[in-house]
Amino acid sequence: MKPFAYERPHDAAGAVATVTADPDAAFLAGGTNLVDHLKLGLAAPSTLVDVTGLTSTEITDLPEGGLRIGAGVRNADFAADERVRARYPALAHALLAGASGQLRNMATTGGNLLQRTRCVYFQDLTTPCNKREPGSGCSALDGWARHHAVLGATHEPADVACVATHPSDMAVALVALEAQVRVLGRDGERAIPLTDLHRLPGDDPTRDTTLAHGELITAVDLPASPIAAHSTYRKVRDRASYAFALVSVAAALAVDDGGTITDARVALGGVAHVPWRATAAESALVGAPATDDTYRAAARAELVDARPVESPRGGTAFKLPLVTATLAAALRGLAENSAQEAR
Amino acid sequence: MKLDLTLTVDGHHHSLTVDTRTTVLDALREHLDITSPKKGCDHGQCGACTVLLDGRRTLSCLSLAVAHDGAEITTADGLAPDGELHPLQQAFVDHDAYQCGYCTPGQICSAVGMLDEAAHGAPSVVTDDLTGDVRLDRAEIAERLSGNLCRCGAYAHIVDAVEQVAR
Amino acid sequence: MTTASRPFVPHAVGTAMPRPEGPQKVRGTARYTVETPGSDALYLFPVQAGVARGRVTAIDTSAAEALEGVVAVLTHENAPRLAREADADHGVLQSSTIHQHGQYLAAVLATSSESAREAASLVSVEVVEEPHAAVLDEDSPDLYTPEALVVGVTDDTRGDPEAALAASAVTLRRTYRTPMEHHQPLEPHATVACWEDGRLVVHDATQAVSWTRQALAAAFGLDESDVDVVAQHVGGGFGSKGGTHPNTMLTALAAQAVPGRSVRYALTRQQMFDLVGYRPATVQHVALGADREGRLTAITHDVVDQGSKIGEFVEPAAAFSRGMYAAETRRTTHRVVPLDIGVPTFMRAPGEAPGSFAGECAMDELAIELGIDPIELRLRNEPEVDPESGLPYSSRNLVACLRRGAERFGWADRDPAPRARLVDGWWHGTGVGSASFPVPRFPGSEATIRATGTGDTAGYTVEIAASDIGQGARAALTAIAADALDVGVERIDLRIGDTAFGPAGPAGGSAGTTSWGATIVEAADRFRDKYGDHPEDGDEADAHTPDNPWAGEYSMHAFGAHFVEVAVHADTGEIRVPRMLGVFAAGRIVNPLTARSQFLGGMTWGLSAALHEESVLDDRFGHVVNRDFAGYHVATNADVGTLDVEWLDEDDPYVNPMGTKGIGEIGIVGVAAAIANAAYHATGVRVRSLPITLDAFL
Repeated sequence: MKPFAYERPHDAAGAVATVTADPDAAFLAGGTNLVDHLKLGLAAPSTLVDVTGLTSTEITDLPEGGLRIGAGVRNADFAADERVRARYPALAHALLAGASGQLRNMATTGGNLLQRTRCVYFQDLTTPCNKREPGSGCSALDGWARHHAVLGATHEPADVACVATHPSDMAVALVALEAQVRVLGRDGERAIPLTDLHRLPGDDPTRDTTLAHGELITAVDLPASPIAAHSTYRKVRDRASYAFALVSVAAALAVDDGGTITDARVALGGVAHVPWRATAAESALVGAPATDDTYRAAARAELVDARPVESPRGGTAFKLPLVTATLAAALRGLAENSAQEAR
Repeated sequence: MKLDLTLTVDGHHHSLTVDTRTTVLDALREHLDITSPKKGCDHGQCGACTVLLDGRRTLSCLSLAVAHDGAEITTADGLAPDGELHPLQQAFVDHDAYQCGYCTPGQICSAVGMLDEAAHGAPSVVTDDLTGDVRLDRAEIAERLSGNLCRCGAYAHIVDAVEQVAR
Repeated sequence: MTTASRPFVPHAVGTAMPRPEGPQKVRGTARYTVETPGSDALYLFPVQAGVARGRVTAIDTSAAEALEGVVAVLTHENAPRLAREADADHGVLQSSTIHQHGQYLAAVLATSSESAREAASLVSVEVVEEPHAAVLDEDSPDLYTPEALVVGVTDDTRGDPEAALAASAVTLRRTYRTPMEHHQPLEPHATVACWEDGRLVVHDATQAVSWTRQALAAAFGLDESDVDVVAQHVGGGFGSKGGTHPNTMLTALAAQAVPGRSVRYALTRQQMFDLVGYRPATVQHVALGADREGRLTAITHDVVDQGSKIGEFVEPAAAFSRGMYAAETRRTTHRVVPLDIGVPTFMRAPGEAPGSFAGECAMDELAIELGIDPIELRLRNEPEVDPESGLPYSSRNLVACLRRGAERFGWADRDPAPRARLVDGWWHGTGVGSASFPVPRFPGSEATIRATGTGDTAGYTVEIAASDIGQGARAALTAIAADALDVGVERIDLRIGDTAFGPAGPAGGSAGTTSWGATIVEAADRFRDKYGDHPEDGDEADAHTPDNPWAGEYSMHAFGAHFVEVAVHADTGEIRVPRMLGVFAAGRIVNPLTARSQFLGGMTWGLSAALHEESVLDDRFGHVVNRDFAGYHVATNADVGTLDVEWLDEDDPYVNPMGTKGIGEIGIVGVAAAIANAAYHATGVRVRSLPITLDAFL
């Protein structure tokens, strides 16, 4: 680990100014991913600018009925908030499905969104990785790619290929619930849809997000959404707990008395470089009967352009049926709940 | 770069000068010779380093010491002031909820923190009704303690011990 | 029956006793190796090879040496020479040749851990890479036949099994695969070493202080009496801390460069995947021939193991099939494919764990083929004598374990049809697997008993260089010593974990309590012969491990049976094990409290191996790429359902004076097979390779 300076500015604007001025400076919040990366040699900042206490640690009601989550809110507090549990159950579930009790006490809302891929080759300095070392190649393409992408990845050319996935559970639920992110930069604060925060690897896999260096997430806004109360998060992983998703589904569903789906929100985790908003699946669901056939057709619609990693050392082809199965399980559960409430 | 800071550990005040790179875990173990929290993975993947930091269960291996100036830390040793074991520690002894003992201080700090979280109504991912009351059955205890790995495989006895105290 | 001059009467033995060190462990004040006090100890951090094979052509340490706090940087160019031609594994920093990815190429000594680690990253190494081999390929031209297994011959054949298979009414031929696995005790391997006046003093996280002393003395050309090795508390071992690995050698070597100063080195979790051994992957071909009534006519079990070019350890997986069931003909073989990777080693139930996966799955498949209940099939093939040695068993209660387990588990109600029980979206099924583990005795331990005080209140100091790696040696040996001396446990002051107490066998092979206990009983007998039961202060007697006079007369094994329930999600294929029962016949149980932990721990390990564990060796690079606890999954608390354990009373007068058989490993044997068999029963899908993950059921 290289030495670094440590600073704790007086306010968020000061933190932004400090980091913006130094291309090698980095923000420190909960530290659960950054300190990990310092030890692995993946990050070597000149200065760590501690933003703990500089962004809000409160969850406040928005005028139109939504919630504003301070970027400093710890994952555990976020999940335990009674408004979140009642109005956005998918989000509470997603938060609780992530990491461990200790990590949820540490990790912040902002930091969770900005965590980097858990690709084993990205974390291993002895292997090629275009995300870590541009142009060196993607070791996962022909490697152990169990946790890798099926959607939106870059398979070629070799010098920019990247099939990494975003590891957050929380972000998948937030994407499904159409959250906005508030970002503070040198020129003031702006709000962007969460779907515009993360980016596909394209021809530059080194960049995970659209943020400029020095921009700081200050809050996440959750819009009011009646359908969100009928939402769920289904995470499929290789252990019963404390493991990253192979595939996850955040979904919300509205079904009318006749059993027809009137509204739907779906996002997928573990399948792409971003938390994946499944708009094709949503379109396929709305207006269709709430049946297993519909759910599977919706998954097929979303996976039309899917391209699994076909690796001799363990690829992601299994994720195609797994996405379908997980989506069906999640939506079936929601529809059953919905039917029970209607009764 | 080195910085001065103070930590209160198990009720004792310490002033120390540490490298900015020093984690809370290394500050405790290497600077203060407080070796109750263990280094199992150093990457937040095993829970052996768990302490109560300002009252909450926290992984000391992923916490930079300089970011916790003035913090109050309780280790498993601090749960037994003057040598009298905390009820949870006694339950671990009585149920043989360990073998090699290396993950044990982290398990105990984690369980103490977890019981406090549950007492405040925090749900877990296996809680059926997110808005209802929390009842700590075996599945709940196991899920909430899954951030603490035990390679000897003492989980069944750990749940026995925690269940006894949770009642 | 025993060499002891008086019968061993259990009082403390058989009574639950909390671990004497328990209060220290729950407070975290029990000190493990790297926590050995000594604030001026230097921190060691290594530089490791990033290629699997090649040569170091240049190494520049100047930037590292210039860093504040750095005391020394050792490389193959300036490191002290080892006294003899050490093998490639132990010969750290002795040449420029790279034999494996992760090999130590340099070591930094510094006054802080941060400086040591940073300096290591500043060492610049130029390497010429050479082609390497890292694929377990059964058709490899390098495949060879090892000379022998650790215990027993490489191959054995009885009769003409191929002819018997050809003539059998039913023949089953299957191939099973088990992956490379790593021990990963929660306490990383660690060493603190110091040279003082030509003597080497080492604290080491080891299962065998004597073995570490032997290895160090040999490598450094010292008399064993000039090496002290101490291991008071060891945070799990499971085999990886049995042998001595390059990390201990490196620390001792580095300490030689700074005489009088201690050097400490604890491996990172990532380094734990490189240099301290692993269970090698296996490919196992099993064939069973049987008549229509299910009587076996032939068993063949042919194993190909992953191996290393720089050292040999053969996973004796086929040995499981030599003694489990009666068959007129048999063939078991072992072959090894040597690769440019680190040296494998013993891992909890070496041989039996992977071998029982193949053997006990094959029995289940045969039972289904024959339409016979899998328990009944096992009962029909129960041997009267050990099929391997022809010796009678000192005691064999597999049948009792199967029957008792079936009763307790509710096996009688089982519908054998697969994929027939769907409950709340999960397919449920049940399965069974048998377990067996030998009762070895390690020779060469020494115990000393000394009276402190006089008469009826005399205390007894009992010294033996045993290791407590969590199995509960402190409690067990205290109880054995108390009974052997016919006094209460409060009068025993047991001292272990230090070569100052003489040589001792390892905490391993499920033989620690047996070997050390028999030695303590022998010493106690001598003590009482000499001084009676009213000794004077300072009276002392010692003893070496006695031979077992029955060793050539009887075959000695513990047995067990595992029953599990598996649930597989009908949509996603997620697999869970809500219920497990293990029933064991393992001789006299010394400490019911800690014994239960060992059985549960073994079953949990078996579950973990069945569902989670796989070291992914990326052959392109030659190293394990899922090299931490996020990538290499071991079972979490939430993966474990309801565990139930029962042991049968077993009075075996032949194994040792205490009647114990060893219980550290049998809890694992057969678990993975029982889970695979239950998964088949649940879903109709037969999985023949571990770990069993959800993709198999999609």
